[in-house]
Amino acid sequence: MSDANAPRVRRRALRDATTESPAVRRLLIGLTIAILALLLVMPLVAVFSQALRLGLDQALATFQDPDAMDAVLLTLLVAAIAVPCNLVFGVAAAWAVAKYRFPGRAFLVTLIDLPFSVSPVVAGMVYIILLGPFTPIGGWLLEDFNIRIIFAVPGIVLATIFVTFPFIARELIPLMQEQGTGDEEAALSLGASGLRTFWHTTLPNVKWALLYGVLLCNARAMGEFGAVAVISGKLRGETVTMPLQIELYYQEFRASALVAAFTMAAVLAGLALITLIIKTWLEWRYADQLAATRGGH
Amino acid sequence: MTKRTIRVASLATAAALSLAAALPAAAQSRELVNVSYDPTRELYRAYGEIFAAQWRDEHGETLNITNSHGGSGAQVNAVLDGLPADLVTFPLAGDVLAIERGGLIEPGWEAEFPEGSSPYTSTIVFVVRAGNPHGIEDWDDLIQDGVQVITPNPKTSGGARWNYLAAWAYELERTGGDAQAAQDFVAELYRHVPVLDSGARGSTNTFVQNGVGDVFISWENEAFLILNELGEGQYEIVVPSISILAEIKVAIVDVNADSKGTRDIAQAYLEGLYTPEAQQLIAANYYRPRYPEFANAEDVARFPEVRLITIDDVFGGWVEAQATHFDDGGIFDQIYSPF
Repeated sequence: MSDANAPRVRRRALRDATTESPAVRRLLIGLTIAILALLLVMPLVAVFSQALRLGLDQALATFQDPDAMDAVLLTLLVAAIAVPCNLVFGVAAAWAVAKYRFPGRAFLVTLIDLPFSVSPVVAGMVYIILLGPFTPIGGWLLEDFNIRIIFAVPGIVLATIFVTFPFIARELIPLMQEQGTGDEEAALSLGASGLRTFWHTTLPNVKWALLYGVLLCNARAMGEFGAVAVISGKLRGETVTMPLQIELYYQEFRASALVAAFTMAAVLAGLALITLIIKTWLEWRYADQLAATRGGH
Repeated sequence: MTKRTIRVASLATAAALSLAAALPAAAQSRELVNVSYDPTRELYRAYGEIFAAQWRDEHGETLNITNSHGGSGAQVNAVLDGLPADLVTFPLAGDVLAIERGGLIEPGWEAEFPEGSSPYTSTIVFVVRAGNPHGIEDWDDLIQDGVQVITPNPKTSGGARWNYLAAWAYELERTGGDAQAAQDFVAELYRHVPVLDSGARGSTNTFVQNGVGDVFISWENEAFLILNELGEGQYEIVVPSISILAEIKVAIVDVNADSKGTRDIAQAYLEGLYTPEAQQLIAANYYRPRYPEFANAEDVARFPEVRLITIDDVFGGWVEAQATHFDDGGIFDQIYSPF
């Protein structure tokens, strides 16, 4: 009896050291898992099961529709233009904000955040008002250069760049601010050129945060609906991106169109999942790196 | 000629021919944009394929035909904002008139194509759930307690305007011409509408896929499509005692077609809608063809007998109906408040 009692006492002492009772702990963990399952896992499962409802063959047949392939290619094209643009912009903006002190700096930071707070629909409409073919700028571009911005691919790219503007800059600014200018000053005082300092000192210091920002930016660029919907004009096979094509399929009646809608959604969700996995891995990697950088100071 | 000369000549000819074939293809891959209303996706997808094949046979030119669909009011705005439509196929004259007012379509477009530039018509019917649980038979049943009605927003959807006007015409006739009674009736009707979608297809989704509402006031073609694609067992069509003749209007968007150099295609595309083949396709897609003699008999037999009033008879034409009912500050704005 005493043998059996002794470990029990010890276990109780262990429990006392933690603040919550096991029941509360289990309840909290259970609740979190339940909410995650309800809000995230179930919809995800629904997307994939709807896509495969009529079998894998039917799901894959989606991509035999030229409209579907056009939508996938357009989405990839838009992301391939928008992400590098915002990469350059994000690094430049973060550099300016984090490494220099100048009047209006706080205002600039607020401005970078603007796309987060403005509804994407508003962003799309503003571009129509500014650059539509019947506006002075849009008319001039169309007449003199035969370039169509609105209701064409350039407009979709513009809208996507606007919406995904802050992602990379927002990742870099806090990190670069925290790191300060010490490393760069050291590099410069040892005779490195500005460019060399950037490539060999600044960039390695922020590379994980940068990659993380690029992933987020890319995920949003491929998934953007609102701004693109306003600016696209829904020209099938031309200005319809994957999210728009999903809606078009969903509004058709044929059972195969519903499958097509969810197949496209599954592809987007799959891309998002891959992004998430890479992101999680990066966060872990990036935490190590950050600790090492900090430790060096 | 020696054998060698012949070979060289034939090679040169082949090269010239393939160059000739390749050059126009590169230079002439012209694009035709049809901006249309919401439920015509299936019709113009099918017609576009037929037309493109015919054009290729006759002119050796491969066309790139693109369609855009949405609530027609919203589509009108997009065209006025610069959506490069070569032609429009809209559910009512009012939408084309709005583009004419914007200066993109020249006056007189209604005389450019047969039947007042209207290659087909449709009308408005009710769709109810299986067994018609609320016993809906006519317009006045829609304002029973507890009945929820699905119809799109007349501000953005052409079909929704026909719905509104048909309801108005019903009450006007029932009361012997009492406009105030008609207004009260329509106001009461919109109090039964839980969701105003921007286009007819959006409303169909609300009713069918989201399961909202008891009655869907619908295009006849959309109603048939629901029954045909989703099984006769789940929905029923109810034909009211009175409905409205909805004339679909088509027009070339003159400014765009001329600047893009596509007038010849746009002209042929719209003329083609009156051919026996297209009229047959139109009927097969549940629209009422102008020339039913060209359509399959069983397609024509599907259309129920409805007493149809016209917009000219009851509302004095689209210009007046639009100004009185749907323009900003018009009767719809007075009777419908979303809050």
